[in-house]
Amino acid sequence: MLKDLFSKLNKKVNETDSNDGTFENSASIMTKCPNCKKILYSKELYKRLNVCTNCNHHLPISSTERMEALMDEGTFTILFEEVTSANPLEFPNYESKLEKDKQKTGLNEAVVCAEGEIEGTRAVVAIMDSRFRMGSMGSAVGEKLARSFSHATERGLPVIVFTASGGARMQEGIVSLMQMAKVSVAIEKHNQAGLLYIAYMTNPTTGGVSASFASVGDINLAETGALIGFAGRRVIEETIKEKLPDDFQTAEFLLKHGQLDRVVDRNDMKDYLGKILRMHSGV
Amino acid sequence: MAFEFEKPILELEEKIGELEKYAVKNKLDLTKEISFLEKKVTDKKDEIYNNLTPWQRVEIARYIKRPTTLEYIDAVFDDFIEFFGDRVYSDDAAVVGGIATYKGSPVTIIGHQRGRDTKDNIKRNFGMAHPDGYRKALRLMKQADKFNRPVICLIDTKGAYPGRAAEERGQSESIARNLVEMAGLKVPVISIVIGEGGSGGALALGVCNRLLMLENATYSVISPEGAASILFKDASLKEIAAESLKITANDLKSLGIADEVIREPQGGAHNDRDAVYRSLDETLEKHLDELSTLDRDALMENRYQKYMDIGIYEEQS
Repeated sequence: MLKDLFSKLNKKVNETDSNDGTFENSASIMTKCPNCKKILYSKELYKRLNVCTNCNHHLPISSTERMEALMDEGTFTILFEEVTSANPLEFPNYESKLEKDKQKTGLNEAVVCAEGEIEGTRAVVAIMDSRFRMGSMGSAVGEKLARSFSHATERGLPVIVFTASGGARMQEGIVSLMQMAKVSVAIEKHNQAGLLYIAYMTNPTTGGVSASFASVGDINLAETGALIGFAGRRVIEETIKEKLPDDFQTAEFLLKHGQLDRVVDRNDMKDYLGKILRMHSGV
Repeated sequence: MAFEFEKPILELEEKIGELEKYAVKNKLDLTKEISFLEKKVTDKKDEIYNNLTPWQRVEIARYIKRPTTLEYIDAVFDDFIEFFGDRVYSDDAAVVGGIATYKGSPVTIIGHQRGRDTKDNIKRNFGMAHPDGYRKALRLMKQADKFNRPVICLIDTKGAYPGRAAEERGQSESIARNLVEMAGLKVPVISIVIGEGGSGGALALGVCNRLLMLENATYSVISPEGAASILFKDASLKEIAAESLKITANDLKSLGIADEVIREPQGGAHNDRDAVYRSLDETLEKHLDELSTLDRDALMENRYQKYMDIGIYEEQS
């Protein structure tokens, strides 16, 4: 009888090694942590924002879940949803890939922007979602981020960007590379208005996104265990003919090398951001 | 002749050489035959060089004998004084910079520096910079901003160096920092792609009021080989990738990203250096003149607007 129970249980264990990583609609009762392999109650995991209660491994979280966890209930409105990708270079198969990811994620692009309150302080928040085209930045992502900064500059609001991206969106070629410059000019306007920008790097933040807005916050935070880097690990290993340490390009590695202000656990995110925002809000 | 695609020209020229020798040896008058072949050479050159594929331009842009940053500086500017170091860690020889006079006025010039032979390439790390290079560039840009002189950047790099030390010292941050700081400069910034414009490492010298590109220069988010292996899972499809990525000077001009294409001598800059120095000089002078009418705030605003307008997306109303 005991045996029966376990086999039943096993069937309901949600294997999260697949990259999909959202739990909001998950019907399974149990989830296996891909790091420590412990079987956890999905409900508990969900309450802890997909952070393993046993080993503190940060499992993926969708942009929607993060937005809801971060913003004060009923205070936020989604911005710029009308901006979506075209196919600027008429790159083969690009449209069908976009369509597939729209179906898969229910999102219409790799970033969600909103204005709302975090512990009572108003801010503009942009959250990238790596499930959509690896969170890569094309024209639509660039436009939504640039508009987020402009929107905040006009209203005198701080900006928080949660980065999660493989880099530039190759199917948009040079136009995607130029989005790095586009977001940068919008950041500089916001900066010159004396407003606060917090970059919050989540897993993974690499390539052109790492080499632009992700790294130039007034305050640079990163989530525990996040992969952050410019070049890919394999490319570097092939170039320097040397094996890299296990912690290479993790948030903790960057902290050690002076690239970050802090590494933050996801469950402390709202608390930290709330405090930082408050300390920058009264003039 | 440097490239495979030039073979048909080479073959015709060899034929002419043989005919000339034969004519001398046998005391024959082959003027008519030779001039016929010479005409064919001219036609062949037009046919090949006027229809270069994007990949062939990549080959020209990467050619070891193509003029590099220091050669342009030497030919186009006067009194160049090179300045070294990032004041943080090292002097990165993959980026050069300093001050010079141009048409009698001081300017700051910064550029990626490829090697001109193997030994030089080792010193220059093949023009692939570490954070130190980008930080040196930024230091010189801020110096230019303080003393109110234009910044001219010459772009010629495969990309930022993918290495361990580069990551440890903040490769991402150094590039990112340049992008936002360049956005805030209140002096004219003109960037000219003279060879290969490789991704973020190129853009770190490329947030400008005017982007100019030599006719055979390329500018891309990823190398055609990289795109072929990632997107098409086959590195040998680099020619198709080069085509799809739209990386040529003319492509960037039609996309509204490059402001002007600088003519090169037939077959590429290496075929007539003086000619390419002249055409770069003329185009640069024109754009610098146009920007000189803008005041400090207007220059920053002009740059802001240039980039805010780049992007092709859909918007449902």
